[in-house]
Amino acid sequence: MTTVQEAPPQQGSALSDSLVVTWRNLKRIPRIPELAIFAILQSVMFVLLFAFVFGGAIPLPGGGNYREFLMPGIFAQTLAFAAATTAIGMTDDMAKGLIDRFRSLPMSRSAFLTGRTVSDVVYNLGILIVLMLSGLAVGWRVHEGLARFLAGVGLTLLFAYAMSWVGVWLGMLVPTVEVAQQVAFTAIFPLTFLSNAFVPLQTLPGWLQPVADWNPVSAITAALRELWGNPNPFVTNSFPSEHPILMTLIWTALFIAIFAPLGVRRYRATSR
Amino acid sequence: MSSTAGGSTPAITAEGLTKLYKSRSGEVRALDGLDLVVDEGTVLALLGPNGAGKTTTVRILATLLRPDAGRATVLGYDVVSDAQRLRRVIGLSGQYAAVDENLTGRENLWMFGRLYQVNSPTARARADELLDQFDLSDAGDRPVKTYSGGMRRRLDLASALIGHPRLLFLDEPTTGLDPRSRIGMWEVIRSLVRQGSTLLLTTQYLEEADALANTIAVVDAGKIIARGTADELKSSVGGERVEVVVHDPAQLGAALRLVSDCCLTEATVDEHTRRLTAPAAGGAQQLVAVIRALDDAGIVIDDVGLRRPTLDDVFLSLTGHAAEEREAEAAASEPVAAGRTA
Repeated sequence: MTTVQEAPPQQGSALSDSLVVTWRNLKRIPRIPELAIFAILQSVMFVLLFAFVFGGAIPLPGGGNYREFLMPGIFAQTLAFAAATTAIGMTDDMAKGLIDRFRSLPMSRSAFLTGRTVSDVVYNLGILIVLMLSGLAVGWRVHEGLARFLAGVGLTLLFAYAMSWVGVWLGMLVPTVEVAQQVAFTAIFPLTFLSNAFVPLQTLPGWLQPVADWNPVSAITAALRELWGNPNPFVTNSFPSEHPILMTLIWTALFIAIFAPLGVRRYRATSR
Repeated sequence: MSSTAGGSTPAITAEGLTKLYKSRSGEVRALDGLDLVVDEGTVLALLGPNGAGKTTTVRILATLLRPDAGRATVLGYDVVSDAQRLRRVIGLSGQYAAVDENLTGRENLWMFGRLYQVNSPTARARADELLDQFDLSDAGDRPVKTYSGGMRRRLDLASALIGHPRLLFLDEPTTGLDPRSRIGMWEVIRSLVRQGSTLLLTTQYLEEADALANTIAVVDAGKIIARGTADELKSSVGGERVEVVVHDPAQLGAALRLVSDCCLTEATVDEHTRRLTAPAAGGAQQLVAVIRALDDAGIVIDDVGLRRPTLDDVFLSLTGHAAEEREAEAAASEPVAAGRTA
């Protein structure tokens, strides 16, 4: 057998490889400005539509400002769609054969996926900032001080990060970007509407209330309302509605623990 | 099949590689016990039609696919158990020009260099060097989406070279390129060959294998069915042949006798197209003799020429069937489709 003259090559460093991939994904944003611009417009449009169309029609139990109630729901909904953003990015790289190039390189096996999810968090932070500014414009306020505000932002990004791992896995299962988009939207729309994001849970039919109660989108929405002092009408004294912050942490940990290994396995095994 | 020559160490050895793909119509054997030896410092072309198993072979050797049976080593590394070390010393450039179109050429090269675990300043310097070598310096700071097909392909090849690989896989390096870009690509590949790279390339064109490779291995239905130099393969099909199309069907018989006499073998005749074909061992001289004889006899011809054996001829003579695409395998062996077939 051949004698290998060179020193054994070092393993790819997971951290530096992930940073390179993150850099690559972020470079894309200014190169296709239309994507970010329309994502921002869409977010602003949602805020305005809900604030002005439903704002008067949905009374909150126990009173309270609907727009203040609404904004955490909009944040949760938009960031649940992080899964779609990530899935579309993954499918695009697969369809263009780029993933083969990365898989043929001596880089860390998880870096391609970590880089993707981390860059999507940065992207989502940008979207979140725009959403918050639009929210401020329609009358949403944070009442509980800087620390709790930042805790809420951190929790939102953590939730987006977990959703991205769902998207990584999903993106590798489907054949084209169009399918990725369809699947992600079909899965996430009901997830966001069967929650307390836009309506108080009391207004849902009784059998649907537990579903919405345990929905991860409800958890993050209620957590944000609690942290920021926005109206948060409880429906039951169930575990999720009493511990929304803890529930959000459990959901995100669960998503990452399930979908990160599934994604890495799928990545290593694509086309095997 | 020839094995290691002159005591040099094989750069690639493959034994009994087998790969099955599941398709709607059942299981497809993309590779069916493929054996292969490639010596260090040589260029081997895998020649075959779409779906013969060329791409699957490259993907297994480049660690992208696991074989279902058989084993392979590349530069002494097992492609399955030593995949990560192997990736450090090989380069892969495919038919799908896998470069990021939103990055500039320079950024692509830097990124792939970093992921080859080259440090940043070295990757930057190597990127400059490769842009220069591949005539992309002027376009280096433009996003790749503004590149032509030929430029993308050159950048893709440059990306494969960023880590100074000891062995390079080129999967159909010129498929889909216009003739001018194809010649440009050949020049680039030839210069790599002159530098002594070990290269395994796949192609559907005998002409291309002929132009670039020392040795050609003909692949069909997941196996190597012949191996040799281009000349050896061509002579196995009978070398060049002369073809004549006679204007008047009434003169076919006379023409057939004359052509057969000139070529010292019985010519074949297709009555419908009025076409006569005969082996032309003497090349152009033989063609001149045929034209002269026909002209002297007053036979009017519509067309005449020397034809080199094509991949089709080689295939016909080796397998008894034409080199047509096998639909199911073709789909399975395309990288993108293969990505879904897990």
